[in-house]
Amino acid sequence: MELKEKLVSSFLAFENTVDVDTAVHDIRSNAIKVFEEKGFPTKKEEAWKYTSLNTVLKHDYSIFPKEENALEFKDVKKYFLYDLDTYKIVFIDGKYSSHLSETTHDKIDVCLMSSALAQDKYKPIIDNYFNKIAPEDGITSLNTAFSNEGAYIYIPKNKLADKPIQIIHLSTGSESAQLLQPRNLIVVEENSHVQIIERHQNLTDNAVLTNSVTEIFVDKRAIVDYYKIQNDHENASLIDNTFIEQHAQSVASVHTFAFGGNITRNNLNFYQKGEGIDSILNGVTILEGKQHVDHNTLVHHTEPNCESHQDYKGIFDEKSTGVFNGKIIVNKKAQKTNAFQSNNNILLSDKASINSKPQLEIFADDVKCSHGCTIGQLDEQALFYMRSRGIGEKEARALLMYAFANNVLESVKIPQLKNRINKLIANKLGVNIGFDL
Amino acid sequence: MLKIKNLHASIEDKEILKGLSLNVKAGEVHAIMGPNGAGKSTLAGIVAGKEEYEVTKGTILLEEEDIEELAAEERAHKGIFLSFQYPVEIPGVTVTNFMKTAINETRKAQGLEEMPAKDMLKKIREKSELLDIDRKFLSRSLNQGFSGGEKKRNEIFQMAMMEPKLAILDETDSGLDIDALRIVANGVNKLKSKDNAVIVITHYQRLLDYIIPDYVHVLYDGKIVKSGTKELALELEEKGYDWIKEEINA
Repeated sequence: MELKEKLVSSFLAFENTVDVDTAVHDIRSNAIKVFEEKGFPTKKEEAWKYTSLNTVLKHDYSIFPKEENALEFKDVKKYFLYDLDTYKIVFIDGKYSSHLSETTHDKIDVCLMSSALAQDKYKPIIDNYFNKIAPEDGITSLNTAFSNEGAYIYIPKNKLADKPIQIIHLSTGSESAQLLQPRNLIVVEENSHVQIIERHQNLTDNAVLTNSVTEIFVDKRAIVDYYKIQNDHENASLIDNTFIEQHAQSVASVHTFAFGGNITRNNLNFYQKGEGIDSILNGVTILEGKQHVDHNTLVHHTEPNCESHQDYKGIFDEKSTGVFNGKIIVNKKAQKTNAFQSNNNILLSDKASINSKPQLEIFADDVKCSHGCTIGQLDEQALFYMRSRGIGEKEARALLMYAFANNVLESVKIPQLKNRINKLIANKLGVNIGFDL
Repeated sequence: MLKIKNLHASIEDKEILKGLSLNVKAGEVHAIMGPNGAGKSTLAGIVAGKEEYEVTKGTILLEEEDIEELAAEERAHKGIFLSFQYPVEIPGVTVTNFMKTAINETRKAQGLEEMPAKDMLKKIREKSELLDIDRKFLSRSLNQGFSGGEKKRNEIFQMAMMEPKLAILDETDSGLDIDALRIVANGVNKLKSKDNAVIVITHYQRLLDYIIPDYVHVLYDGKIVKSGTKELALELEEKGYDWIKEEINA
């Protein structure tokens, strides 16, 4: 049976495990119909022109986790930011691990989607925010239909989340192939601030497909910093759908560090709903082998005096492939918009490739919008210059690559996270220098 | 220190050096002068290990060791330093971090421990003062947006940091005003000792007023065609290169 049919027919079984007498379940029921109608995206769709899910969809995925698998912290410690005090919401094979997690209900809520859905006191927030900005495409609808578990984060107004929050998904591969569909809801009210780090990690050779949906609401003057670490096993594919609604004078940033996996697709949409908003989208992509990463971004400016800044850097070795598709829409009303987008790439091999496509739809006349895209190689003159100062070839190449990605790395606000990412990059590049640029 | 014997080298099948010989001893300063296209920068590049050039004949010995098969970084580890005619801009890497990496990578290759941060900072401070380099300058991206003079001063700063056995200054005087020229020359002179050697490649005599050479060589058409003492540089300044060409062609 094809995956699509299998999923649609599994919906009945899923309904036996959740409360069907809720508004949320009406949303799910509608979503499964949308998925049934639209199915998985194909390369015929413009937005999926360079990314095919065909090979990924062939696996016989188990759709519901059958058992709870325990992991010892010491065995998975390296996937955590362990040198930093954080809240942690950890899932093993899609099931919440209370053992590895550290949640809170003290002033802020950092807990589970399933428990938020089950309790009346969260109902107003769920009713107000759940599935309000997720678009009705096939893949998002699929997640919506089966949405039950994930992270639930609620920061009421005038609150500072006292420490960063890590959302970590681990796959033990006890199933031959596993489909995971986490659903996160993050609501940050007026004047509040939160930092979130998200990571997906497959611990075995078995295939994992994650179709994740995260909705983030950033109210007036709130600040949200979101960091995504995508450094997964070569059998792990990820479709990461993140939708952010921002209100007046809020600042939201998403950093995406795409260092590996099989096929990674990032759908990242920002919807601006007020004046004086700043949206920041940064990415560093470093790939090798046959890895594929597709960054598909949208920033929709609807009100005057807002900004958006996109800076995506890509380094592609061997047969790896990348896509950057960045869309900016500026409504007629959104005068004095400053929207910037840049996508710079280095190809280290003749067989690597990148498709970079800016899409600007500007209906206002008094705006500053720019986009730039470069594709190049490492500068041979610079390499010789560095080598003539005693820096080995591998290290010189690595240093140039660090320098290339540096402004994005520098914008990481959590020092321990910045260190960790520097180390991940050093490992990837096979060098052992503590570059501290 | 450096012995070059009958060196022939070409780039893309075009022969540039055609039997060049040069013998530089520790403690000496040699100037290499010559018209454009004579092969001066090629010589500098080959000694430093630039890979585009192919050595077709001859040998280059550094302290009696043949260095032809060594990579650029290995030559640097053995004490060769090239001050570039056109220093490369490297955005995102600060002067300080570049030097830290260069020195520690060199020390690693020499089997030494990394230099303690305190010593490194002290050294950076001393050497930047020697070359009258502003502190702020050290935290800027390497050569990016530097003026011509700043780039050259930064080259000599790097030389001071690396403390090479053999320094090759490729047209270090070009783009320098007279004050910067004095600072750079003063820096080079302070670094000179009986244990190291300097090769100054230049078009003009004026740098040699400040860095006094023990020997002056004229490089023409891929060979050293005339050698002498510092007076030869004055003669070249006065008469140009045409008389040398005539002498050779005669």
